Amino acid sequence: MTVENRELADELFEPAQEQQSAKSISRPAMTYWQDAWKRFLKNKAAFAGLMLIALIILLAVFGPYANNHGYDEQNLARANLPPKVPILEQVGWLGFDGVDNRGIDRYEASGVTDYYWFGTDNLGRDLWTRVWHGTRISLYIAFLAAAIDLLIGVAYGGISAYYGGRVDNVMQRLIEILVGIPNLIVVILLILVLKPGIMSITLAMVITGWVGMARIVRGQILKLKEQEFILASKTLGAKDKRMIWKHLIPNALGPIIITTMFTIPTAIFTEAFLSFIGLGLQPPVSSLGTLINEGYKLLGIYPHMLAFSSIVISVIMISFNLLGDGLQDALDPKMRK
Amino acid sequence: MKQYILSRLGYTLVTFFVIATFTFFLMQTLPGSPFNDERLSDVQKERMMERYGLDKPVPLQYVTYIGNIFKGDFGVSFQYDGRAVVDIIGERIGASVVLGLQSLVVGSIVGILLGIIAAYKHNTPIDYGAMILSVIGLSVPSFVFAGLLQYWIGVRLQWLPVAFWEGFEFSILPTISLSVFVVATLARFMRSEMLDVLGQDYIVTAKAKGLTNFNVIFKHSIRNAAIPIMTILGPMTVSLLTGTLVIEKIFSIPGLGEQFVKSIITNDFPMIMGVTLFYSILFIGVVLLIDIMYGIVDPRIRVAGGNRS
Repeated sequence: MTVENRELADELFEPAQEQQSAKSISRPAMTYWQDAWKRFLKNKAAFAGLMLIALIILLAVFGPYANNHGYDEQNLARANLPPKVPILEQVGWLGFDGVDNRGIDRYEASGVTDYYWFGTDNLGRDLWTRVWHGTRISLYIAFLAAAIDLLIGVAYGGISAYYGGRVDNVMQRLIEILVGIPNLIVVILLILVLKPGIMSITLAMVITGWVGMARIVRGQILKLKEQEFILASKTLGAKDKRMIWKHLIPNALGPIIITTMFTIPTAIFTEAFLSFIGLGLQPPVSSLGTLINEGYKLLGIYPHMLAFSSIVISVIMISFNLLGDGLQDALDPKMRK
Repeated sequence: MKQYILSRLGYTLVTFFVIATFTFFLMQTLPGSPFNDERLSDVQKERMMERYGLDKPVPLQYVTYIGNIFKGDFGVSFQYDGRAVVDIIGERIGASVVLGLQSLVVGSIVGILLGIIAAYKHNTPIDYGAMILSVIGLSVPSFVFAGLLQYWIGVRLQWLPVAFWEGFEFSILPTISLSVFVVATLARFMRSEMLDVLGQDYIVTAKAKGLTNFNVIFKHSIRNAAIPIMTILGPMTVSLLTGTLVIEKIFSIPGLGEQFVKSIITNDFPMIMGVTLFYSILFIGVVLLIDIMYGIVDPRIRVAGGNRS
């Protein structure tokens, strides 16, 4: 095999094409939150949960004003009416035609011409207004309890983890004892003493409720403290305040949000549970719990009294759980299964 | 190991003391008196107070109270005219235990099976269906399920009794209502644990050896997936306890939960205190047991000083 002796002329060479794609970033950089939002939108169930929650909050705020019946307006002449809705009343099997379960049109029988969308209760109060009014109170209690849990939990967990050492030791021993006490018992005992009311129910739930949040925040901050960016920040002379508010809390925000999302349905459940054992809000104030409790008394004859409040509480609980699950996947992709 | 158990025991005792003290002092500040009966004269009321030891100074009452608890004496009920609280608890606990155990057993079997099937059929309609069911089961409160069952199966179809406690068929509806939560929790938990285990190398090895699916799942996966279930047993006990309070009231079951609700309505302090303490002891006992068991099964926990996070 002979190799031609060729001169390596300069023309044979040309500069390599610069690879554009590898050097420049073709899409805008995404922050953690944009990324999380994108992941969240992909989760249809969680998004549906978010929409349902928005809808229920809107109904809770504006629902009671949708007709002109007050939530505590009693009128025995129109008691125990089944639900009746214009247009939907044409479709018999939906149960919105004002006919009770024995086949009598109660509206005709008692000579009522108004429409009661969710029917009325045994004192003739409009259930549509009462259900949304109750939802408002239940949500209010739940959000308030979750917010206070958040404040105390983040502060306690943050301080405990950030300062560490003896402070952490003492604070953790206290938590260890509190965790052992069943929430339920403390809540029941406190309400017995404080008398049921919006504030006392919220307070009773908060007293033991913050412990979970504190533990999660502590765990997060302990993990973050070990990381290099904290060391760098410390080396550059950052003060405690800046460390906590600019570095530690923002980085622990994901788990904090997720925990809060699961606190809200728990609080709604606890409030309803208290109504059941006779420690709920006192009439005429109603919450979803008291409405369900009242609904049970006439379940066999007038099931509509139980139906609507049960559906609303179930939808709220399901939506918050779906939202919480979705947020967990979106904010903490490592945990994804 | 010994040190670990001792430290858990120590915490349990302190927790118990805190609860007992808390219960006692809260009850001291409780408004209303059990003897607010108009038919009673002042002298009669005084005699009653004396009889139940309510006239003594508070610290003395406290010492007597704590001492009595250790002797297993939780005081006497006001509402049942001087009957020992412990006796009433003993009388009422039967129905609650039957209901709770039935729900736990039924719920565990169904839940674990559902979780295994969902994990095995990962990302198929069966998996999605099981997970939708478990979200519903986790979210919808037991009293809503109880209402649905009572109305449709009890009142409309009349297949099963609506309430009371007179035989096995009376316990079916309450058991279902109470076990829904157990099924949902376990199905979810078991599914994610199984998915974890199924991805492990030793499962791939087992499959590569040519083992049948049945053997891989039942001999190699389930055992390893089931260990962490112990961590949710604590919260599960609480939810069953909470559940029995509500479900027993709805279905008029003469259990301890129903009695507790009745005591709250009638201001029967010693009864409330007694049942509260009883529930607390049950709860912290279960937690202690789980901690110790977990420490035995998983040595890493012992080293970390038993910090379940």
